[in-house]
Amino acid sequence: MAGFSVSRYAPERSSWAKLTARDSVVRRLDWPLLGSALALSFIGSLLVWSATRGRDSLTHGDPYYFLFRHALNTGIGLALMIGTIWLGHRTLRGAVPVLYGLSVLLVLAVLTPLGATVNGAHAWIIIGGGFSLQPSEFTKITIILGMAMLLAARVDAGDQLHPDHRTVAKALGLAIVPMAVVMLMPDLGSVMVMAVIVLGVLLASGASNRWVFGLLGAGTTGAVAIWQLGLLDDYQIARFAAFANPALDPAGVGYNTNQARIAIGSGGLTGTGLFEGSQTTGQFVPEQQTDFVFTVAGEELGFLGAGLIIVLLGVVLWRACRIARETTELYGTVVAAGIIAWFAFQSFENIGMTLGIMPVAGLPLPFVSYGGSSMFAVWVAIGLLQSIRVQRPITA
Amino acid sequence: MSNIPETGRTQRVQIRLVVIQVLVFSLLLTLGGRLWYLQIRNGQEYTDEAKNNHVQQVVQPAVRGAILDARGVPLADNETRLVVSASRTELMKMKDDGVGVLTRLAGVLDMKPRDVLDKVRLCDSKTPQPCWNGSPYQPIPVTDEATTQQALQIRERAEDFPGITAEPTAVRRYAAPGKANTAQVLGYLSPVTDDELTKAQDTDSPYLRSDQVGRSGLERTYDKELRGKAGVTRYEVDNLGRVIGQAENDEAEPGASVVTSIDARVQAVAEYELNKAMETARKEMDRNTNELYKADSGAVVVMETKTGRIVSMASLPTYDPNAWVGGISGKDYAKLTGKKSNFPLLNRAIQGTAAPGSIFKVVSSTAAVNAGYPFDGNYPCPSSYSIGGQTFKNFESQGYGSISIGRALEVSCDTVYYGLAHKEWQRDGGNVPKKKANDWFYKTAHQFGLGKETGIDLPNEVPGRVPDRQWKQDFYDANKTAWCKQGKKDGTYVEMIAYEGCLEGYKMRAGDSVNYSIGQGDTLVTPIQMATIYAAISNGGTLYDPTVGKAVISGDGRTVQEIKPRAHGKLPFKGDTRDEIDEALAGVATRGSAAWRFGGWPQDKIPMHAKTGTAEVYGKQTTSWFATYTKDYSIVMTIAQGGTGSGASGPAVRNIYNALYGLDAAGKQDLSKALLPTPQKTLPKIQQDGSIESPRIKPYTPEPPAQDGTQALAAALAGAPGRRD
Repeated sequence: MAGFSVSRYAPERSSWAKLTARDSVVRRLDWPLLGSALALSFIGSLLVWSATRGRDSLTHGDPYYFLFRHALNTGIGLALMIGTIWLGHRTLRGAVPVLYGLSVLLVLAVLTPLGATVNGAHAWIIIGGGFSLQPSEFTKITIILGMAMLLAARVDAGDQLHPDHRTVAKALGLAIVPMAVVMLMPDLGSVMVMAVIVLGVLLASGASNRWVFGLLGAGTTGAVAIWQLGLLDDYQIARFAAFANPALDPAGVGYNTNQARIAIGSGGLTGTGLFEGSQTTGQFVPEQQTDFVFTVAGEELGFLGAGLIIVLLGVVLWRACRIARETTELYGTVVAAGIIAWFAFQSFENIGMTLGIMPVAGLPLPFVSYGGSSMFAVWVAIGLLQSIRVQRPITA
Repeated sequence: MSNIPETGRTQRVQIRLVVIQVLVFSLLLTLGGRLWYLQIRNGQEYTDEAKNNHVQQVVQPAVRGAILDARGVPLADNETRLVVSASRTELMKMKDDGVGVLTRLAGVLDMKPRDVLDKVRLCDSKTPQPCWNGSPYQPIPVTDEATTQQALQIRERAEDFPGITAEPTAVRRYAAPGKANTAQVLGYLSPVTDDELTKAQDTDSPYLRSDQVGRSGLERTYDKELRGKAGVTRYEVDNLGRVIGQAENDEAEPGASVVTSIDARVQAVAEYELNKAMETARKEMDRNTNELYKADSGAVVVMETKTGRIVSMASLPTYDPNAWVGGISGKDYAKLTGKKSNFPLLNRAIQGTAAPGSIFKVVSSTAAVNAGYPFDGNYPCPSSYSIGGQTFKNFESQGYGSISIGRALEVSCDTVYYGLAHKEWQRDGGNVPKKKANDWFYKTAHQFGLGKETGIDLPNEVPGRVPDRQWKQDFYDANKTAWCKQGKKDGTYVEMIAYEGCLEGYKMRAGDSVNYSIGQGDTLVTPIQMATIYAAISNGGTLYDPTVGKAVISGDGRTVQEIKPRAHGKLPFKGDTRDEIDEALAGVATRGSAAWRFGGWPQDKIPMHAKTGTAEVYGKQTTSWFATYTKDYSIVMTIAQGGTGSGASGPAVRNIYNALYGLDAAGKQDLSKALLPTPQKTLPKIQQDGSIESPRIKPYTPEPPAQDGTQALAAALAGAPGRRD
């Protein structure tokens, strides 16, 4: 049954009937997942709007500029999702080697003169016309798809119960190549997310415990070694530790964390109301429409609004977990698990840094932060999840 | 068909999926918990912080009000100086943090670059002065003594001096109109301290960092009125300090002007005459010590008798209050407060104390009458009075036979008071005092307001001392140990005194009482207390609170708040005692101890009353006192180590009266020359625009010295008896 969409077996019907039939794609979509993702994007557009309407240097005088762009990005994202569902994740499986190769080429291109530096990370490719691309966002998807393809191939074929060591090693090799390139940019935040994705993928693939704990151990040892060998300068350590104690680096990252915490803390239960936050209006929080967008929610929408974002992210992750559990083939499970690891860690890191419980890293909040590449990537991921759900066989 | 096909997931994958799910949701719960902690539990803290974050205040200091004399002549006002300031916000935007600009500025101002840089740096725990401890949003003054030329250079080359301004700014000035310096009465300003800032934070008149605060004199008493209210503009600003929100604007309210009862012209006369009297005294030989009189300090008070208002108050040595303006230099400060300075900051009219000598006898006379000795009775005035082997001499050892209390006042007969005081001491039990001793002489002193501040509207007035039984006991308790350690029966004078003190220092001895009755011994009074008492005798017995402030006129001139005379007591006169004392004091001026100083005085037109005093100070030359009054004015002058009252202060006091009433040395009145024949009742005129009219005044030109010569000659002819104090 691999490679076929269930609907293709259905008898010919009118297009409306097709859409609304009990076994139709539309009926079988995970609507809570889609609804939550849409709600997050909608809230995101308001927050991005509020954060940018006074920043003339960014908007060139048009307060709706970012609102419009965010909505446009969401639209394109939705289209990408529909495309992904239409193609189906199994069809895409055949194209994975090509997609993977493309994404590696793209991240490599960043290191060439085509690349551009934004906020200290050399992670962008300027396309022109105000558009730019952050290839590492797409690399997250291709790593998931590539690893899943390798790890699940022989298991899904029924040859093995679990991926063997060779396969796992190959899959790791596949992930390490783009990660190394991203590390060079340097875009440490994305590398961290990719590492967590790798861990999630390995866990879900059923790879031996030795691999899972081995990788965790290696990561910890590496971090301790860097620390102990004094490879970091004092200011780097201070900058890292500044999330817990902003006074360590008050002019640098400490300033961000401090202002972010003030913005969120001053929101209280119901917030100041949209457009009414003094921290937001006064532009005290840097990068507020992208990495620190959660602070706008915290200040202007308060505990209820910011909490709603966390709840909606929870719904997305809950549905994704269901999809991972309910699909019948390991490929789908592994892809879903990779997406879960990605969304969960990136959300936790992003919100966590604004709340001062995680170090500052340049990562967008899925669906909410402004940024085309990120928006397209997360919607493609939603498409993949939907496709996995839609294509699972109907139990008899 | 089961949910898990053969090719599907194993148990291991299934379990790991659950682990992933649990991990994911614990992360989300962590976020939720932290969010609650920040927003709900600690929300208020961050709300406050956000408020501070985005509101910046820009302060326009209020112009300090003027201190005016009774006719509107400014004693303290503001002058415009060119102040060069640097805006830190502007400087910090430059690549080199403004070092280049400030170095150029130092060149223009002829200052060292280091000094300029230090002045604009912000104070913190590690930065020593000089540094700026105000708001970094406030322009920081670099100098207030820029010349027009320098200011023009800075303004014309604005592109070379971004962030630097040269603006005319109001700076305090003590103008000393007609040479009336009035230093100690006016006081001075210095920058507000951290302590004061915190203390005043929540009151209705909080200080600003840049504020100057009145430290003494009128500047301190009326600080709140004079200071006005600084204008504060609150801007909502963004992270770069750009204004984004509505500005709340509290306009600056200029400080109110304080009109005083001081007459600058009379003040100039008083200062001049006090100084001249001291200079004269320094040329005179002290017959007790065979040295010239030191006359090292002195004070004079001219008071309106019917209101307690101070027409002039001078204290020597003095200083130039302008030394404090713009920050006092270390050298100047040492000159004003060092050990060798003789403390010119002290206002000796309210802070200088001495035994009163014979001017205290008005108190003793009243006490005697109240104790039951008739004013017109006959009391022996021998040349000396003995108590238990100790002899108390009359001044210059002259006897007058049997005389009345009035006559005793006139001729200042000590032995009459010795006798009365000794009798009272015996009636109160002598060496074994009664439980309820009358202590008439001490009680009366308290009733006259001695041993207590008069309540003048100047800070740090001292209360003086009435050495009554309570004080004796307290003093003994405090010193007993030291006395007993130091005392020797047959040692030096000091050791013998200490020995006596150790034995019975708590006792009110007969000698203490008789000495006290003539104003010698441990009694301490201030000139302002004596002026208040003599004014009260003149006005019928009301002890007014002396006041310098007469009215407070708001900065716009619209509201005038008059400071009404207030009384704090009545002299305890019974029957005709006041009139009798009044008559006796007139006698002092016409035929008594001060007569030789009032030769030719038009007593019929302007009845003069006077009492002289000479206080003995152990180890020093005598303090001279001269207390006088007419219907409208009371003048008290004292000179430390200055000799006798009439001798040292007589001509000076008479010259002040001459200036007030327009009299010449011969006693002829020319009202056109009179400065203040009757007290100034009206307040200065307030003009339409709110400013206050100020007449021009001429400096005091004293009568030619030849007049003094004739007076001295007349005195010499009058002979020794006139010199009785």
